[in-house]
Amino acid sequence: MATIRVDNVRHSYFANPTRDEEWALKKITLECEDGGAYALLGPSGCGKTTLLNLISGLLKPTEGRIYFDGADATETTPEQRNIAQVFQFPVIYDTMTIYDNLAFPLRNRGMEAQQVDQRVREVARMLELDGVLSRRASGLTADGKQKISLGRGLVRTDVNVIMFDEPLTVIDPHLKWQLRSKLKELHHRIRRTMIYVTHDQTEALTFADRVVVMKDGEIVQIGTPIELFERPRHTFVGHFIGSPGMNLLPCEVKADKAYVAGRAVKTLTALPKDGTGLELGVRPEFVSFAAEGVPVEITKIADAGRFRIVETRHDGRAIKLLVPEGQAIPEGRAHVKFDPEHTQVYENGWMIG
Amino acid sequence: MTKTVNHKAWLFVLPVVALVAFNAIIPLMTVVNFSVQESFGDNVFFWAGMQWFEQVLHSDRFHAALLRQLLFTAIVLAIEVPLGLAIALAMPRRGAWVSVCLVLMALPLLIPWNVVGAMWNIFALPELGFLGKLINGLGIHYNYTRQPLGAWFTVVLMDVWHWTSLVALLCYAGLVAIPDAYYQAAKIDGARPWAVFRYIQLPRLKHVLTIAILLRFMDSFMIYTEVVVLTGGGPGNATTFLSIDLVKMALGQFDLGPAAAMSIVYFLIILFMSWLFYTLMMRKEER
Amino acid sequence: MRLKFLLPAIYILFLLLPIYWLLNMSFKTTNEILGAFTLWPRNFTLENYREIFTDPTWYWGYINSLIYVVINTVLSVLVALPAAYAFSRYRFMGDKHLFFWLLSNRMAPPAVFALPFLQLYSAVGLFDTHIAVALAHTLFNVPLAVWILEGFMSGVPKELDETAYVDGYSFWGFFVKIFVPTIAAGIGVACFFCFMFSWVELLLAKTLTSVEAKPIAATMTRTASTSGYELGLLAAAGVLTIVPGAFVIYFVRNYIAKGFALGRV
Repeated sequence: MATIRVDNVRHSYFANPTRDEEWALKKITLECEDGGAYALLGPSGCGKTTLLNLISGLLKPTEGRIYFDGADATETTPEQRNIAQVFQFPVIYDTMTIYDNLAFPLRNRGMEAQQVDQRVREVARMLELDGVLSRRASGLTADGKQKISLGRGLVRTDVNVIMFDEPLTVIDPHLKWQLRSKLKELHHRIRRTMIYVTHDQTEALTFADRVVVMKDGEIVQIGTPIELFERPRHTFVGHFIGSPGMNLLPCEVKADKAYVAGRAVKTLTALPKDGTGLELGVRPEFVSFAAEGVPVEITKIADAGRFRIVETRHDGRAIKLLVPEGQAIPEGRAHVKFDPEHTQVYENGWMIG
Repeated sequence: MTKTVNHKAWLFVLPVVALVAFNAIIPLMTVVNFSVQESFGDNVFFWAGMQWFEQVLHSDRFHAALLRQLLFTAIVLAIEVPLGLAIALAMPRRGAWVSVCLVLMALPLLIPWNVVGAMWNIFALPELGFLGKLINGLGIHYNYTRQPLGAWFTVVLMDVWHWTSLVALLCYAGLVAIPDAYYQAAKIDGARPWAVFRYIQLPRLKHVLTIAILLRFMDSFMIYTEVVVLTGGGPGNATTFLSIDLVKMALGQFDLGPAAAMSIVYFLIILFMSWLFYTLMMRKEER
Repeated sequence: MRLKFLLPAIYILFLLLPIYWLLNMSFKTTNEILGAFTLWPRNFTLENYREIFTDPTWYWGYINSLIYVVINTVLSVLVALPAAYAFSRYRFMGDKHLFFWLLSNRMAPPAVFALPFLQLYSAVGLFDTHIAVALAHTLFNVPLAVWILEGFMSGVPKELDETAYVDGYSFWGFFVKIFVPTIAAGIGVACFFCFMFSWVELLLAKTLTSVEAKPIAATMTRTASTSGYELGLLAAAGVLTIVPGAFVIYFVRNYIAKGFALGRV
């Protein structure tokens, strides 16, 4: 159990990085509290797996330090850091039985047979593997194998942190959901620090207490799922999280008021005096039809069950809105308004205020 | 992959079958034919029944050659397989040295077999060769053309030189194919190097090792050219292995009947032993 | 673990020593070879090489060897391609038995076949021709090529074939224009091994030739026995037989590991 602090860490896979894009991670600072469930979320190539491997000790950072409970752990091995990690593709020792697979990390650390047995059976029960312990691990399906990888991570009681590197990639969709809830449940039960890497927003938002959104080797925002949804600090977060993503419209600021298409729009956040590259961001959930407001032309309606996604256009820019079931949708031309509580202004991508 | 049933596929296989049948079946029939006939020259043959087989199976000469062959194959396998495996494990996985290692290691495999023999002949000459001079310089009397033990030592060393690379390259390829995640997981699980070898590397090398052992068994059991050039089967008959004995009998003495019978026995031994190796190793895998 | 590189390093040194010795001998005069033990040539000479390159019986040996090796490689891979395709894509009567029968020929000792081959190829009038040796070597190279190619082809998803047919390719159009380029690496590996085994084999090549198609390897053994103790010349000839192999390895070095990885040699 430990608080993990990543302090000004930079990492490059090149020997002598000179150009900006040669850095896989550009100055990351992050603190994970003891017992928290974290997700590192971002598109492929954003550096999330690099960050994970730096924390686990499989990689050494080019610059910066990593602290476990305040002690500098930068130079220590994964074994010394006492962590567990589950990989994207299930790793099992396929000549061993499921029992031996689960016992492997404990036996390597010289634990007594009786204790090993107790731990293995406990974890097997948690993962519903207790009926098949004596079976050879090699014959299992992908999700069975991943459960064993998971089990090897959980079997040690003393680990500082358990890391997951896109663990559900190879799992069938209907089992994904099961394993995901299992993970969440396990976290509640054992309250150990967990860090979960994924590019799937649903996985991140359902699993984590706090989500770290990354892009191009940088952290864009750290926040609870609700914060990320309601108050995206960067247009990337607004776009990457939520389905469909946030609407972005060019806007101007004059005399403390934001204007979209020449119409004043109330916003939550403070406004700059003026500025270039200003955009107004509002999620489709917080756009609705109104008697007056921004004029739009309705171009497409898609039924998504309990609500409909309406695509409209204003001056060539798309504005999407969600309309709950049973609510009428006007035809042809209409006006939309934005909920001021959930409308922000972004300058060069970053939220103002 | 699910394959579709298509008997017309035979047409695709036909050229191969025709070619191999021409090369394998006709000569094999010739051999069988010889093995049951007696010839007094002038292409006149008489039915000889199982006479040649009985003669070969009961001859001391055949027993001695077979025994030498088995001993040689056993020694060579016992050295080359562990050594090749160890070299593969110690080889770098990435970087500029990999190519250099691979090219240099593959070199002996592409040298004509008689040149291998000639090279070792020159290399091991007691007075003129580096190896001969070195050993004699250490105060050990060594002359592979005179001492049976010296001859055996040289032949085994030559075979190790010639073929260990094959085992090493096969194992290396098998090792490279193991995903990094396995090593990372082992690191995190706190596995010692021995455990990594025992539980990760060895199980994943099983298939390649089976192939390596089979190939080395077959090829060492058929060894001919290198040894003939190096020692000529001598001194005396000390290094006369099965193939050498067979060629002496067939092309040297033109004892066609016994040679043919011996050929068949020889071929059957290889087939049987290969089958045995294969099934034993595959059965282990299933368990 | 820092000393781990030592084992491959020592092994490679061990591999290179006899080759160096051969090279060393090839640059010496006969007098120096017989006169004194020297670690490098004191009287460096290219005389041995000059003799090989000017004497037709020598250099024709190389040409003969290369001719039958190339014929064998091309022939083996060409007939193996459709067969390997059939084994990798279709099930047909007796397919498994046929595959194992083919492979069992890899276990045939050349010594067993030497005499029957001599009779067979004499009977069909091919004795002492390049074709005879090339054909004889298909005995073990065709099964090998089928085995290697089948491995590579099984790795190509069947959807590729089906897509091509949907796009209106005829079978042979697809095979030549799409499939063969897809498994180019496999063909390279198969060629490499066919070249290798045909190049290094001597017993059959020697038995099936006398003058016209005599391989270099046979020239060497006959020279060794007839012209007495010409070690320098023999060494130079030996060095020259290593050259084509070294070339081939250099060109396929990146595919070697891949070819071996299939475990199919």
